[in-house]
Amino acid sequence: MKFWRLIVANLFRKKIRLILTIGSFAIALLLFTFLAVVQSAFNRGIDIAGADRLVIVNRIGLIQTMPISYADKIRAIPGVKFVTQNHWFGGVYQDEKNFFPQFAIDVENHRQVYPEFKVPDDQWKTFVQDRQGAIVGARTAKRFGWKVGDRIPIKNTLYGPTKTWEFNLDGIYSTDKASGDESQFWFQWKLFDENVPAYAKSTAGWYILKLDSPDDAVRVAKVIDTEFANSSYETKTETESAFAAGFAKQFGNIQFLIVSIGSVVFFTLLLVTGNTMAISVRERTSELAVLKAIGVTDRSVLFLVLGEAMMIALFGGLLGLLLAWLAIPGLSVALNGLLPPLLLSKTMLSLGLVFAVFVGMVSGLIPGVGAMRMRVVNALRRV
Amino acid sequence: MIRVDGRGDSKSLIQVRGLTKTYRRGGEEIHVLQRLNLDVDKGDFVAFMGPSGSGKTTLLNLLGGLDVPSAGSITVDGDEITHMSGSKLTHWRARHVGFIFQMYNLIPVLTAFQNVELPLLLTKLSSSERRKHVETAMSVVGLKDRMNHYPRQLSGGQEQRVTIARAIVSDPTFLLCDEPTGDLDRKSADEIMALIEELVGKHGKTVLMVTHDPVVAARAHTTLHLDKGVLVEASQLKQEVVAGGVA
Repeated sequence: MKFWRLIVANLFRKKIRLILTIGSFAIALLLFTFLAVVQSAFNRGIDIAGADRLVIVNRIGLIQTMPISYADKIRAIPGVKFVTQNHWFGGVYQDEKNFFPQFAIDVENHRQVYPEFKVPDDQWKTFVQDRQGAIVGARTAKRFGWKVGDRIPIKNTLYGPTKTWEFNLDGIYSTDKASGDESQFWFQWKLFDENVPAYAKSTAGWYILKLDSPDDAVRVAKVIDTEFANSSYETKTETESAFAAGFAKQFGNIQFLIVSIGSVVFFTLLLVTGNTMAISVRERTSELAVLKAIGVTDRSVLFLVLGEAMMIALFGGLLGLLLAWLAIPGLSVALNGLLPPLLLSKTMLSLGLVFAVFVGMVSGLIPGVGAMRMRVVNALRRV
Repeated sequence: MIRVDGRGDSKSLIQVRGLTKTYRRGGEEIHVLQRLNLDVDKGDFVAFMGPSGSGKTTLLNLLGGLDVPSAGSITVDGDEITHMSGSKLTHWRARHVGFIFQMYNLIPVLTAFQNVELPLLLTKLSSSERRKHVETAMSVVGLKDRMNHYPRQLSGGQEQRVTIARAIVSDPTFLLCDEPTGDLDRKSADEIMALIEELVGKHGKTVLMVTHDPVVAARAHTTLHLDKGVLVEASQLKQEVVAGGVA
């Protein structure tokens, strides 16, 4: 540690080069963090999925419906505690850009299945009694400036001729977790059922059931799928996390894309920093030789080079993370609800920092080992 | 007393016996030093001269533990250094050798003070003790008022003085100077030589110096010539030249 002053002094030897290297590090970290945040947003459904919940969809695909009569049959299966159904509405509020998910929900069982969505009791009571009522997530309410009591017009083109459905905003839900989904818009399934064309009546988009015990998941899923096998509406039952993962996959192989881009970022950064360190060490061959001549050990020389690379990594990394911390909330707003909220967690920040330090260490290792192995006599001869 | 016949007593500070250094270049063996003997006592000031490629710097590197010989031994103050491991040799250098280079080789991003302090960072001295040592060394070389200057703010002569301060700050057993005035004008060279003489005369330092300059070499107690890989005393060389001329 006595050589810290030398490390710091060496850092500032070529200021332009230092700024450019730190800049490339910061931009790479910003990109890395952004990718991690997007991936996390896609996986959020999987992460927060209840272990004791199963989702039942039509075996043909998510857009195919199932009869509403399935609800009672599912409820009768041992191990099933509660059953509720959702139906995708797919409406547009003012402009198609204003996307947010809208579901027709079963008001009798929804709260039991989704206890993590918190709605004040009085608001829920009003909602249940109001056939045109709606509950919206806090994030969507904030996004459009909605308040309880507002009248919300939503245009729909999926069910029959284009029609604007009017809803009364009776309540706003929130979640315990910062990463919880507060973007949904719920209204009563009964209203939906009354207003859709005959082909869509008495149908559910998907069922969600709560189990007595998560241990029953495999058995109950098998029983349900067997129950409806060979019917016109065969089912596919899976855990909520598997369902969420499958849903995320509809966007393409996000994981692969992100890992690919992340790898490119990593190696580019490694090359940039490694090259900078290699040039820097080469320029200082005689100085390092003198240090060795006066008694600085090979290991200390390695630490000097590594220390410098790590400092660059640390400064660049911290700057990149700071930029990410400032930019990601704005980016989340700019995405206009296309993705779940982009959240930069402490874990991600720590991971970014670890990533930065790791890149710094690896990039300093090759020139550092070279400096460590350098023979003083040869190095002094090069002067 | 300086001897090159290998008959010095065991009390010599530096004892070199049968020192041989051979390089292999391509398929050819180049014998730079051949069974060289040398005895240097404490407080001696010896200059090595010889044509380029005669092995002066190689000898200095071997004496300073920067290189290892092909054969022979070097004993300094009772320590045989030729068989020391790399790390042991590094620690030995820190304790026993002060290096003065032709190109000064100061770290440009550190001040004169910080450059001189470098060897002390390898010791257990406290910050205040280090400061005291650095100030003393800088006073010896007459640059106490330039301690916070960077090398680029100093003249060549001043830079070499800082190098000397760095070499003496840890009070090493001996100093090795490789062309210490090679990059200086005559006036600065005289000042540096006066300083080295003062280190020998007043502070009792042992100095081994490589130089091309006969004027500089003349200020040493003894001048040794490296010729065909062996050391010859200047007086002996003169006799050989005269004898060769008569023949």
